[in-house]
Amino acid sequence: MVVAALLGTAAIAAEIPLSERKSGYDLMGRETRAMQDDDTANPGMLWVLDGEALWNRKAGAADKSCTDCHGDAQASMKGVAARYPAFDAARKRPIDLEQRINACRTDRQNATPLPFEGKELLALSAYVARQSRGLPIDVAIDERTKPFLDSGRELFTARQGQLNLSCAQCHDDNWGQKLAGAPVPQGHATGYPLYRLEWQTLGSLQRRLRNCIVGMRAEPYAFGAPEYVDLELYLMWRARGMKMETPAVRP
Amino acid sequence: MTRALINVPAKAKRGEVIEIKTLISHPMEPGYRADNTGVLMPRDIITDFICKYNDEEIFRAELFPAIAANPFFLFSTIATESGTITFEWTGDNGFSAAESVTITVE
Repeated sequence: MVVAALLGTAAIAAEIPLSERKSGYDLMGRETRAMQDDDTANPGMLWVLDGEALWNRKAGAADKSCTDCHGDAQASMKGVAARYPAFDAARKRPIDLEQRINACRTDRQNATPLPFEGKELLALSAYVARQSRGLPIDVAIDERTKPFLDSGRELFTARQGQLNLSCAQCHDDNWGQKLAGAPVPQGHATGYPLYRLEWQTLGSLQRRLRNCIVGMRAEPYAFGAPEYVDLELYLMWRARGMKMETPAVRP
Repeated sequence: MTRALINVPAKAKRGEVIEIKTLISHPMEPGYRADNTGVLMPRDIITDFICKYNDEEIFRAELFPAIAANPFFLFSTIATESGTITFEWTGDNGFSAAESVTITVE
């Protein structure tokens, strides 16, 4: 029945008007919103604290910490996460915040890259993104990033998997309706990495995308795959101007 | 590393009801789940939480495997006198963590 309803409305696929956009926060219950709003009740802050310690810890053969180059993150990292994914000239494509942190580790600290979804990378990205909380999302779209944005949009609107669904069918056309009792959000990536109560841990946007792709019974990409970064770029552009919430809490 | 977040008002009026919030990082592995090789992961939970106000116990909780990771407690007490509020978590595998905050009662 749910699938039939979704297919029935597939023809009206259209982007959500800017003024009608809502963060997943607005669809949550009162208690979950209270959990996100209070830094001593928000479990994501546990990762932010760990990230702060890692920021100041020397690593790699270069024996440098993040502080040695960037100084106080509260000043130097303000607004940075709101601009990611961003174009990286050396890699000739946009990279996301996690990849930026790992690029710093390999290029500047001569350290091994941190594994995706590992506690340390989540902690560092949560700490960096926390410095952008409340700031508007503002990814740079220019002639270098446009092709990747278009590829992200294509992935968002393409049907995939055994259920033959696209991201847009749920998040553009049927947001606000129920999927297994839970409201379907518009899918704005405003609060990553975020604490999901279902995961009982912090997770990245790529983990969330992986969840959705498995839910469509399609084969997920490997962590760090360019397809995810293109999708992330499209999602951040789609949420342009909305406020960062990291670390957000979601059910 | 274990981290705990504590929220107690720094100042309170005598007789006022104050709210205390504590959050601690812990996996709360229930002992019923298998890892991705099929092997059962052993139980690893916090079993006890005690809060003392100037060495007098004001709140105690026993925790069980069904409690989610990173347990959060919210409770209230009456601000009686200035002093120290201490928090202690103990659990499986010798887990032990403690925090303390001071409160000024006027």
